[in-house]
Amino acid sequence: MEALNPSLETRESELVQKAGAGCREAFYQLVQPCERVLFASAMAILNNEADAEEAAQEAVLKAFTNISRFRGECKFSTWIIQICINEARTKINKARKYLYESIDEPENGEDGDYFPRDFADWREIPSEALQRKELREALQRAMASLPENYREVLILRDIQHLSTEETALVLGIGKGNVKTRLLRARLQMRDALAPGFDGNWSLGRPEYTKVRAW
Amino acid sequence: MRVIEISCLEVWKEISNYLDNDVEPELRARMEGHFKACAHCTAILDGTRNVVKLVGDGMEYKVPAGFRRRLYDRIKDK
Repeated sequence: MEALNPSLETRESELVQKAGAGCREAFYQLVQPCERVLFASAMAILNNEADAEEAAQEAVLKAFTNISRFRGECKFSTWIIQICINEARTKINKARKYLYESIDEPENGEDGDYFPRDFADWREIPSEALQRKELREALQRAMASLPENYREVLILRDIQHLSTEETALVLGIGKGNVKTRLLRARLQMRDALAPGFDGNWSLGRPEYTKVRAW
Repeated sequence: MRVIEISCLEVWKEISNYLDNDVEPELRARMEGHFKACAHCTAILDGTRNVVKLVGDGMEYKVPAGFRRRLYDRIKDK
């Protein structure tokens, strides 16, 4: 667990106390810095904006109703992200149950060895590429193609920049699992996004545009 | 100091930890030696590093407009 800056910690526990006494303003101050990470965590699981907003809002309402149960053993943000992830998982499990009824999903093995799909040379990211809509869309597609448990870790670690420890805590898994899933997620993203074999990024070369978005 | 050879498979397993500076110095040295000699693994390292950068810089999940207002409306009723 990361140590909080002592003055921040005091400030947070004051706000928690006030919120516990029913002060909505104090509660808002606790929640505001977490809005983005809550929404992103829910999106990681649900992959749909409307459902993610619903789950994030439910999580905040639950946190408000149950603030007296928060004992300050972790950061407030860790606690509320945990609630949000549970909320999103409940939601997706309900949807899956409805969709598949009794079909069992195969477990996603995490022990198998990784083999790269190719050895595309990908030395540089041209700065203009980041601006391109195609690249953003390709990123989103690649992200959506990841198994949910890899996507969760990738979003929390590489977009929200949570530490390995905090990611493990909010997902309820071990640190080793966080690292393995992050490795898988990053390598699968690489497989999906690496440009042509000689690292050529130029558009208009049909052999690349066929497979790549740029 | 001579570093002991390490296989491509072992390098791939640690490539993400390597990027996060989360490998022991001895393993790091072995991996660095491997990257110098193996163009394939270097390509994977570069690609994976690019993914981390692209995902971090190019992806965001913007909270939908009106999120806070709708949220506060619901909290008000509690």
